[in-house]
Amino acid sequence: MAYPDLMTRPMREEVTRLGIQELKTVADVDAVLGEGEGTTLVFVNSVCGCAAGGARPALSLALQHSTKPDRMVSVFAGVDGDATQRARSFFSDYQPSSPSLAILKDGEVVHFVHRHQIEGKHPQQIAAELTAAFDKFC
Amino acid sequence: MSGHVFHPGHDDLHGITVVLETASGRLIVGRWHEKVEKGVVLHDAAAHEPGSQQTREDFVARTLKFGVRPEHRTLVVSEELTSVKRLTEL
Repeated sequence: MAYPDLMTRPMREEVTRLGIQELKTVADVDAVLGEGEGTTLVFVNSVCGCAAGGARPALSLALQHSTKPDRMVSVFAGVDGDATQRARSFFSDYQPSSPSLAILKDGEVVHFVHRHQIEGKHPQQIAAELTAAFDKFC
Repeated sequence: MSGHVFHPGHDDLHGITVVLETASGRLIVGRWHEKVEKGVVLHDAAAHEPGSQQTREDFVARTLKFGVRPEHRTLVVSEELTSVKRLTEL
């Protein structure tokens, strides 16, 4: 199902205005995640209001923290399907869910936040868990 | 309606990944959609059957670490339930 741009644009912009690079094609994904050095945050964006409505504000809060990953990127599940599938291939041990977040260090997954760990939580709670992961791995 | 539910008209568990335990000992994990007359409608659901080779503890541990490995896009659970928990409560 393709979601209209009018609906998804604000959800994209809520992420990109944080300085997170949106990856819309397989080539975009390979150019960033294929490099594999340093730390990379991958946010799998979602239209789901139940969980993504908390995840995006949590990202905004977490990125005010002094320690952050070297690179921050996003793909949009249900919108940019090929790019999302490609990004998920870099953390293929983990079942697809959206929204979700992965932190990769030198190409290896060091931290993963599933949708079920986001659902029903306040953005402040999610952000606190993310910043703890930033401190540990970045 | 809970402050976390952004779909008007749905119940508090809508969109939440839950674990249902049935009277027969099945453990079913999935994203709660709604409760209807026939039972609970879950999306992206997986089940652990009593007596299966994988232990229940391993099923839960793997689900918590790696996420729900869906066996059913949509599943209506009509069995008697003995407990309903959020996955994160396990």
